[in-house]
Amino acid sequence: MRGILGSRLFWGVLGLLLIAILLPLGVSGYILGVLIPAYYFAVFAMSWDLLFGFAGEVNFGPTFLVGLGAYGAGILDAETGWPIAVCVVFGTAMAIIGGVLLALPALRLSGPYFGLITLVAVLLLQQMVTVFAHWTGGEIGLTVPDVLSIDDNTNYYFALGFMAISGLILFGLSRSSAGLILQACGQDPVEAQALGFNVAKHKLAAFCVSAFFSGLAGALLVFYYGTASPGTVIDLAVGVQVIIAAVLGGRRTILGAILGAVFLVCAGEVLRPLGQLSTFVVSAFALVVILFVPAGFLGTLLHRRSEA
Amino acid sequence: MLALQVLIDGFAISALYGLGAVGFTLMFGVSGVLNLAHGGTMLVAAVVAWLAADTVGALGGAAAGLAAGMATAFATYFLVVRPIQRSRSIPREETEIFVLTGTLLWGIMIQEAVAYFTTTSPHTVRPLIAGVTEIAGVRTPTNEILTAVLCWATIGALWLLVNKTKAGKALLAASINPRGLTLLGYELSNIHLLVWAIYGVLAGVAGVLLGAFLGVSSDNAGTLTASAFSIVVLGGLGSVSGSLVAAYCVGYLETITSYLISPAYRNIPSLILLVAVVYLRPQGLLGRR
Repeated sequence: MRGILGSRLFWGVLGLLLIAILLPLGVSGYILGVLIPAYYFAVFAMSWDLLFGFAGEVNFGPTFLVGLGAYGAGILDAETGWPIAVCVVFGTAMAIIGGVLLALPALRLSGPYFGLITLVAVLLLQQMVTVFAHWTGGEIGLTVPDVLSIDDNTNYYFALGFMAISGLILFGLSRSSAGLILQACGQDPVEAQALGFNVAKHKLAAFCVSAFFSGLAGALLVFYYGTASPGTVIDLAVGVQVIIAAVLGGRRTILGAILGAVFLVCAGEVLRPLGQLSTFVVSAFALVVILFVPAGFLGTLLHRRSEA
Repeated sequence: MLALQVLIDGFAISALYGLGAVGFTLMFGVSGVLNLAHGGTMLVAAVVAWLAADTVGALGGAAAGLAAGMATAFATYFLVVRPIQRSRSIPREETEIFVLTGTLLWGIMIQEAVAYFTTTSPHTVRPLIAGVTEIAGVRTPTNEILTAVLCWATIGALWLLVNKTKAGKALLAASINPRGLTLLGYELSNIHLLVWAIYGVLAGVAGVLLGAFLGVSSDNAGTLTASAFSIVVLGGLGSVSGSLVAAYCVGYLETITSYLISPAYRNIPSLILLVAVVYLRPQGLLGRR
């Protein structure tokens, strides 16, 4: 049963990936320009899902990690002009360090308290960006001298490749024994502890992995846009979008987060003619999905198939 | 002189913060719901009061705002929270996160709808009383004094309701032991209805007063929710008196910071205090655990 389910998922993913690879042959640069940020966004959502779906920790501040990665890389590049790769590594390291500093004491807390700490971390980071405006560019944002590439196709394949590899690693991790232990820690920490697993260590590791991918994606996104601003990488609204994407796609599926993220970004783009109301429509749709199909897109698909 | 000014302004702001947070904490204490559309509810009350004040005057506007706050609270309960709590396909242990996400989305919808109809620019509700009063040499808007008085009057009324009436005592019991209450023959869903009604009144009054005192814009619905949430956690989730103490800590910290350093940094000390308290004493100042 599991084999069939796994292989169906496998073929589905392969098909979608093939479509995504062939897409640049048939569509305009405009569509690619919409999809590139969506792919980075998908990585944010997947790393959030690892933390929430498996470790059972509600992280209200995915953008704390994303923002650290983005600003870490952006500021280093703007100040020193070092190669992009070095800046990205630095940004990712910043995100992991920040993540550990946040998680170490915060993991002693649980439920809403943990959520709140992560929420406050985002607010503090946003304030810091404003306070240290001469480095960060404040509310307007930071302009980065280097970009990954100015060619749409290169950017597109880079983003797609990055998303595919991150997805593969995160999905593999979630299905490995470490992922199962993590899930056990999330669902019943007492029992997991009784079985001899170190709950805190596993959760901390999950946080680090989540921070690694969020920070890396954030740093790369900066070099795609050429700018970093609180509105694109830190603001609570961005964090909310990440959470909605993961829940829409289906919790505990990792790959569902990709569907959710691409859907959310594309829906925002399609509804652009509605102006201000587009956010309203997207939120309403997400609310309806949560109320009536709480398992999300991929969760529902997999569930139906396993019943059949 | 400056000290007195800080004392007066801080008192009014803190009273408002306290009122805003009390509804939020009461809701959590009694029904276990963290309503992330809280800022949206206050926003609707303030904006309706602002709109209605043009045709029916300041007092009528305030009444309309209060009614709108209650209507929003009931809409939140019937359209979002209750369907999630009763859904069979949502696992019980995950209800909390679904309520959080659902009310968050609902709050965004409210915010966007308000922005669509009344733009994102800030609106100031017409104050109930105009004019300026002098307190020991500090010129204070009379409306500021009225705000503080009304906030405390509302909180006092809530205290009387909870401690002195039968329905209020049932409410208190529901926050301590809901199962025990049902064994005594109370219908828990009626209690929840009551707590949402009280919540609506509290959020409505807070919204209208906030709109008249500081002004509101659809952009700060999220900030309003976040500050109520922080105050409530600082004071201890579910503890009404803790929230009031926390509201005064935060209100005075912010006022002192904006007078002595700069209004731009007013949030920072209270956020750091919050982080410190949550690390050292996760149950909050007066929380029970």
